[in-house]
Amino acid sequence: MHIPDGYLSPATCAVLYGGAAPFWYVALRKTRKLLFTRLVPLISVFAAFSFVIMMFNIPIPGGTTAHPLGVGIAGIVLGPWASILALSTALFIQAFFFGDGGVTALGANCFNMAIVGSLVAWLVYRGVAGRSSITSSRRVVAAALGGYLAINGAALCAAVELGMQPHFFKSAAGAPLYAPYPLGIAIPAIMIGHLTFAGLAELMVTGGIVAYLQRANPALLRFTAPGVPMPQGEAQPPATSGWRAAKPLWTAVGLLMALVPLGLLAAGTAWGEWSVHDFSAAAARKKIAQASQNVAPPAAAPGGLARLARVWTAPFPDYSPPFVHSAAFGYILSAMFGIGIIILLSILAGWIAQKARPGPTRAPARTEET
Amino acid sequence: MAAKRSGKRGFLERTTSSFVDAMEHAFYAEQMARADGLLQRLDPRVKLVGILALVVPAAASRSFMVIAALFVIAVALAALSHVPFGVLLKRVWIAVLLFTGVIALPAPFVTPGRVVYHLPGLGWNVTAQGVASAGYLVLRVETAATLCVLLVLTTPWNHVLKALRVFHVPAVMVTILGMTYRYLFLVLESAHDMFESRRSRMIGELTGRERRRVAAASAGVLLSKTFDLSNEVFLAMQSRGYRGDVSILDEFQVRRLDWAMLAAFALVSIAAFWLGQ
Repeated sequence: MHIPDGYLSPATCAVLYGGAAPFWYVALRKTRKLLFTRLVPLISVFAAFSFVIMMFNIPIPGGTTAHPLGVGIAGIVLGPWASILALSTALFIQAFFFGDGGVTALGANCFNMAIVGSLVAWLVYRGVAGRSSITSSRRVVAAALGGYLAINGAALCAAVELGMQPHFFKSAAGAPLYAPYPLGIAIPAIMIGHLTFAGLAELMVTGGIVAYLQRANPALLRFTAPGVPMPQGEAQPPATSGWRAAKPLWTAVGLLMALVPLGLLAAGTAWGEWSVHDFSAAAARKKIAQASQNVAPPAAAPGGLARLARVWTAPFPDYSPPFVHSAAFGYILSAMFGIGIIILLSILAGWIAQKARPGPTRAPARTEET
Repeated sequence: MAAKRSGKRGFLERTTSSFVDAMEHAFYAEQMARADGLLQRLDPRVKLVGILALVVPAAASRSFMVIAALFVIAVALAALSHVPFGVLLKRVWIAVLLFTGVIALPAPFVTPGRVVYHLPGLGWNVTAQGVASAGYLVLRVETAATLCVLLVLTTPWNHVLKALRVFHVPAVMVTILGMTYRYLFLVLESAHDMFESRRSRMIGELTGRERRRVAAASAGVLLSKTFDLSNEVFLAMQSRGYRGDVSILDEFQVRRLDWAMLAAFALVSIAAFWLGQ
């Protein structure tokens, strides 16, 4: 999943560096506040661990092996922010020193694996584990699921970034300049491997490590389980929330929303994104045929497609609500609506987490414990 | 992240050999950085900025000729810096071809466009656009990878990191990167020792279930060791007066050769952008 140089256009790389920057900023501020003098040694040594874990060959059922990413366990043990820093550090060294993943694509790789991966792993783990005890088997399931979804979330981001390239960047003759496969090919090609081999490896490593730590070193699991009684009755870590520190994040989300019109540069219909009507309209049929190596589409819409279309009518078909007449404006509006829903959901999740937590006990930070 | 079929070598052997490969790579890079060549003599900041100034147009160019020219420049820089072609061939050119080449292979068949060849037997169409796009991908990746490898092979790692200050990377991040690199080898060694000792005590084949348990438990032990190590490092730092402020010594000097090379890098970069439109 480490995207090398040359697969993504410089424009995509720049946007993803821009998308990752505010997360790095917030992560650095938050972890600095929490860890203070401990920041440098903890993050560096953990980054070294993440690097080494990526070299493990994990045997998966069926006699094959796959490399895990280690993002699941990082998010679970360190929490999302420190995990973002540690994994980004590991990815940086991989890109610059070992040539694994590109230098121009480093922003994209950090965005997919370090940022999306850490946040997904942590959210899923916290959500599924709930307030179960540190040694409960529910935490193992939560961890395994968190790892599985984290690596697949990261892979999906990578697939979308790669699949976008031929839609946006073509030479004058129409040859794709970067990754050549459109979304319709890139997403299944990448996701099949990750939903199976790589996902399983991550699932087993994350679940396995948490199960091992429950027996051997449960103290390492307490950081992302605030409010859960510890077997040894150790001090609770302080609650880490605060919308102010996340301000640059929201600025970035706003910026990304403003950048969405880039999507309008794409001409024509995306391969595989045809609607039922496209199969009967003559002009649209020609387009589909062109996009499909001159294989004529069936005369009528495939039965399954027509049936599905009736079941699921998205509120914004083709990304523009019916009452909006300009398609461009509708596209932007739809994007904002989509991002708005995500923001609302995260606020709701945060609020529920806040409610579930008993009164915040301001225990001394981890820095002072030695 | 490719899944491989496990052949004769078990997962323990394969994991240990990837550890050894990483260490070998690092030792070789350090040795190479001490050689007396053109790039080795440059100020690391000039080298970092210069190489990136060549990577970006290689990634942006729409012209084959420009990317190929940048590739030739990279090869010339390698020759002037005494980086053996055998190393580039093995570590970069063939490695990239095996990975990206395989990925680009179906592109000529699935990219829509003007049909230039009809594959007999299978009946697949090869399109001009598809061949061009596969060419773009492979050439771009080869060029960018060659340039990046040159940077790493001719510069001691701590100098690469210090050079990052040019881009206003926070001092604390530079310190973290430097320490990560230093402890990377300690963690690698510890993981290597764990796997070696496990292997030396094994007389039979492990079942799949046992292998998975060994892998997860080793990762768990390594994680616990990591945290202990970070505690020890923290105490060691504190006992030497570390109070959370990081400062980096800036000992680099830009000399005449550096200015000349910086100008050359800038010139090539601008020309490549211009011609690659």
